[in-house]
Amino acid sequence: MSAPRIVIVGAGPAGTRAAEALVARGLRPVVIDEAPASGGQIYRRPPAGFTRSGRALHGFEAARARRLHAAFDALAGAIDYRPDTLAWNVAGSAVHVVHDGRHAAIAHDRLIIASGAFDRVLPFPGWTLPGVFSLGGAQVALKHQGCAIGERVAFAGSGPLLYLVAWQYAKAGADVALVLDGASPAARRRMLAALPTAPARIAKGAWYLAGLRVRGIPVISGVRAVAARGDERVTMLAWRDGKGRERETACDAIATGHGLAPETRLAEIAGCPLAFDPDVRDWLPMTDGDGRTPVEGLYLAGDGARIAGADASEVAGTLAALALLADCGFAVDRARLARLRRARARLDRFRRAMERAFPYPGDLAAALPDDALLCRCEAITAGALRAAASEADAGEINRAKALTRVGMGRCQGRLCGPAAREILAAARGVALARVGRLRAQAPARPVPFATEPPAETGP
Amino acid sequence: MSKPDPRATPEPPLFRRLAETGRETVALVVDGRPVEALAGDSLLTALLANGARLRVNEFDGRPRAGFCLMGACQDCWVRLEDGRSLRACATPVAEGMRVLTGAAAPDGTTTR
Repeated sequence: MSAPRIVIVGAGPAGTRAAEALVARGLRPVVIDEAPASGGQIYRRPPAGFTRSGRALHGFEAARARRLHAAFDALAGAIDYRPDTLAWNVAGSAVHVVHDGRHAAIAHDRLIIASGAFDRVLPFPGWTLPGVFSLGGAQVALKHQGCAIGERVAFAGSGPLLYLVAWQYAKAGADVALVLDGASPAARRRMLAALPTAPARIAKGAWYLAGLRVRGIPVISGVRAVAARGDERVTMLAWRDGKGRERETACDAIATGHGLAPETRLAEIAGCPLAFDPDVRDWLPMTDGDGRTPVEGLYLAGDGARIAGADASEVAGTLAALALLADCGFAVDRARLARLRRARARLDRFRRAMERAFPYPGDLAAALPDDALLCRCEAITAGALRAAASEADAGEINRAKALTRVGMGRCQGRLCGPAAREILAAARGVALARVGRLRAQAPARPVPFATEPPAETGP
Repeated sequence: MSKPDPRATPEPPLFRRLAETGRETVALVVDGRPVEALAGDSLLTALLANGARLRVNEFDGRPRAGFCLMGACQDCWVRLEDGRSLRACATPVAEGMRVLTGAAAPDGTTTR
């Protein structure tokens, strides 16, 4: 039997651990990664010449980051590593990639997609103004570039990143104007109910919150609406507190986000079916507990399948590789498999508690004013989508997309999609699942026009 | 030059450098104006540490400065003088890059 040709997309926590488990069995996977260095977004490595310590960059997670980087570096020579390479299509048994402006098709027998996540966003009036960035983007600016996104930064959103990034900014010497938490006190209670399953993480959240309070930074919860004001750039954040009072805070930058969304486009293009999940109010790829999909030879691992965090992604990466090995006829250590599955189950309990504590604020999305931009790619308003829903009788999101172009722009609905589905469902008075989801199409990300046809290359 | 554009003075930068400031400098030209970046900057960082926009959106004509910094939003595509477009968050800055952001040039014209 010749060795199976294996491609892994993504070199973050899940992709790294998957590659490691395959190499341990003498296989040589191709590892495709869009970034110039491994680590994914969470453990992204600083550019050459940067001098801050791992402790300064990754805080509590410094040791984990170091171990993950070391694990990947130890694979040098044992994997076919393709950094700076975008995987934009899966057709038949080939992954289509573009690297340095050149296209190629990489043939495979089995494919593990570990594509990670990006910020789940709630559009608000003024969110396209220069100075408004996602929470994850604000974190990249600080950790990867040593910059704050502004002189005076306001934070508005919900979820675990909100307090973490605000605290990282304050600690790095940025002027943090305030933190506006959209989560209700009830959500806080639900999160605390998760405490027995992951006390260390809740303790970290409390640590960040305390760190902000000690620095005198106002932290306000139950904030129901925000708007960025300014002409050519942000000059003010307007907001409404839990009692309905209108407030204004001077700032030149706003970091916003409501948790993370899985990057599922490539899995969908590869044929993986998706199912609606009421807890996350989104459509997620179908996998068994180990990462197998209903598509023969296709496996998903990490946050690209469902948001569960970096620790869970490492476990999921190993599990997906073991599933692949078992499917190829390799003997897999049952005790190890059982241990990993127990770890995954433990992390899943925490994940579910977090999903319930920080749901996507669908009601706020549905309340986006008619004149506010919903689609930032093509500057389409929420009102245009509502008009399509009522006047053109568009009851399904792809139909509404065809009529309004919402979700058709360069981000392909990654940013507007969650809010667009909520707005459409509310306008039609139907359950969220009924409006469907924006179908993914190749290219999964915009790619330059090719001057040469793709060349078929094997691992 | 007939009418100097009131916006011809550079906008105050959006980004504030907090760390890693001891790097080598890299020279670029943005809207016809010399600009200094640092080695290891992304093109996005270089532009926003020296100004407050990356481009003008084709649909609403308003300035944009990117959003997600991780390749999802596609809001940071910038144009070079040679006509190429680059995703600024994922492009390392390089000596001699010549970028057009749609802001006013020194001669009062705009580059959009």
